[in-house]
Amino acid sequence: MEPIRRIESRSVALPIANIDTDQIIPARFLTTTTREGLGRHAFHDWRWLPDGSPNPEFALNRPEHAGASILVAGHNFGCGSSREHAPWALVDAGIRCVISTAIADIFRNNALKNGLVAIVVSARVHASLLERAGERLAIDLTHERIEREDGSAIPFAIDPFARDCLLAGVDELGWLIARRPQIEAFEERRAWNA
Amino acid sequence: MEALTLFEKLWRRHEVIPAEGGRPAVLYVDLHLIHEVTSPQAFAMLDARGIPVARPERTLATIDHSTPTGAPDLDGERPWANPATRAQVETLLANCRRHGIAVHGWDSPHRGIVHVMAPELGHTLPGMTIVCGDSHTSTHGAFGALAFGIGSTEVAHVLATQCLLKRKPRTLAVHVEGRLAPGVTAKDLALHVIGVVGVDGGTGHVIEFRGSAIRALSMEGRMTLCNLSIEMGAPAGLVAPDATTIEWLRGRPAAPVGEDFETAARDWLSLASDPGCRYDREVHIDAGAVRPSVTWGTDPGKVVPIDGRIPVEAGATAAKALAYMGFAPGAAIAGQPVDVVFIGSCTNARLPDLRDAAAVLRGHRIHPRVRMLVVPGSEAVKRAAEAEGLDAVFRAAGAEWREPGCSMCIGMNGDIARPGELVVSTSNRNFEGRQGPGVRTVLASPATAAASALAGAIAAAPSPAEEAA
Repeated sequence: MEPIRRIESRSVALPIANIDTDQIIPARFLTTTTREGLGRHAFHDWRWLPDGSPNPEFALNRPEHAGASILVAGHNFGCGSSREHAPWALVDAGIRCVISTAIADIFRNNALKNGLVAIVVSARVHASLLERAGERLAIDLTHERIEREDGSAIPFAIDPFARDCLLAGVDELGWLIARRPQIEAFEERRAWNA
Repeated sequence: MEALTLFEKLWRRHEVIPAEGGRPAVLYVDLHLIHEVTSPQAFAMLDARGIPVARPERTLATIDHSTPTGAPDLDGERPWANPATRAQVETLLANCRRHGIAVHGWDSPHRGIVHVMAPELGHTLPGMTIVCGDSHTSTHGAFGALAFGIGSTEVAHVLATQCLLKRKPRTLAVHVEGRLAPGVTAKDLALHVIGVVGVDGGTGHVIEFRGSAIRALSMEGRMTLCNLSIEMGAPAGLVAPDATTIEWLRGRPAAPVGEDFETAARDWLSLASDPGCRYDREVHIDAGAVRPSVTWGTDPGKVVPIDGRIPVEAGATAAKALAYMGFAPGAAIAGQPVDVVFIGSCTNARLPDLRDAAAVLRGHRIHPRVRMLVVPGSEAVKRAAEAEGLDAVFRAAGAEWREPGCSMCIGMNGDIARPGELVVSTSNRNFEGRQGPGVRTVLASPATAAASALAGAIAAAPSPAEEAA
């Protein structure tokens, strides 16, 4: 994985609460055995009209949001299923950061493992970001702050271990595999419960 | 002595390395369930590093999400939705063969929805940690096991190490005291609780369901309730093991036998939360106030009693939900025309669920406009239902009796409705497009779903008193 230190982009607002994983990627696109190429299915049924043309009403389709990689989404983003296809699709569609007042647990876990920075902010900060949707933001992961167009900065906190992995561009599996001796010792000493 | 919650006891038993500094704890996984949709990428991650599956004997596979529920033709050919679904199933079977993982494929008499078949076989036991690349893994918490859904990268972690990096969640106690009224089911209770807690209220928490109404639930009812924990944002739900749990598990094929079972059962009973333990949050529900309930919107928290009215709610989210559903605020939910009824899913496709639906249908025909699918949760449920003649009741009523699988809950296998159709569904999610593009979903209990099929409109099942009359 590429290390991630800083993400710069205009923000795009999707101020709907409870955007679930079926909206992020509908289940009919999960019939794949790989992780690649899911970007065109991101927000599929909101983004594309039944005839396959772009829905001009959908925020990500507006010309002024072309190339935007920071999404300011409504409360409880990513609720629903455990499908990692959701962050795979978003990242493939160019989204690198999601900011909300609450982000569902499994989605947030999956996002952080795939270089999608999931940030929870207060309702006050969220409202201000929505109010100035389209402004130029910089996510500084090293110092855990959102730098705004007006020069102000908003601190945030994300899982420190996930942050270290993102900054170093490493995944967690290598770390876990290196713990095999402790895992095997645990298996040895444990009284099995069945 | 320190008073511990059920969750805390489960956590402590499985902590391989405690959290330290900024690093999460390493948690051991007793049982890893896999299926065809979320595992292929995980196996590919192992292959990319050339590493084997650490504990194939703690891994169990089934095929359920993309499998056709139509019967095979005379040549044994199944009605696959598309070549990709078939390739997904074949990839799982090949990965299991290659890694020595037990798999319940087409030839298994135990194949079924992962959250139906694993408990049925006694693989799910109290005191365990159980994970699966599926958010409804919370179902297994009904047995007092810490069970939650994970993504495919984490599936790879567990395949490679039998462990996960995990931050300790907080605890939320949902106390349900009193008695459910006759005709009010675990599904109605679950929908009611989601309505109270909200679809985000459980985020970051493990829910423990407790109180006299929970103790009175069957294991199937507890599974329905814990299944829906994730719809409150809580990756895991729990019910303390008790005599109901132990008697349900006794004699299951994978459960311990003889004296080993009795020893295990004593341990399981000791898992219950200690008197005086502390939860991070607590919610109190009066069981007697719960009514048969359905959803009116596009998330499972938009719940209304079946004789209630669609609420008048402010805000863009509610407006979007109403526009999608085509419902008017203030209108009665009962009487809304129905096109399709689906009885199935890991929420409500066990034998008692099918009995509930059949009891409403017996001797009646479904409304001519309605298509009704009944999809048993597993081969074992299917056999048991057929032994009781439930399949004949469904067929005589005009419903389709199909092969086990996830089916129309997620619609990956081609079991979907048409754009604009309204489905009354015993499943778990009423998200936009969940049962097909443009399809509208109303979540309900099996009895309500069956009554709606008869009426051709959302309708309450006759109360037990009416039926007796």
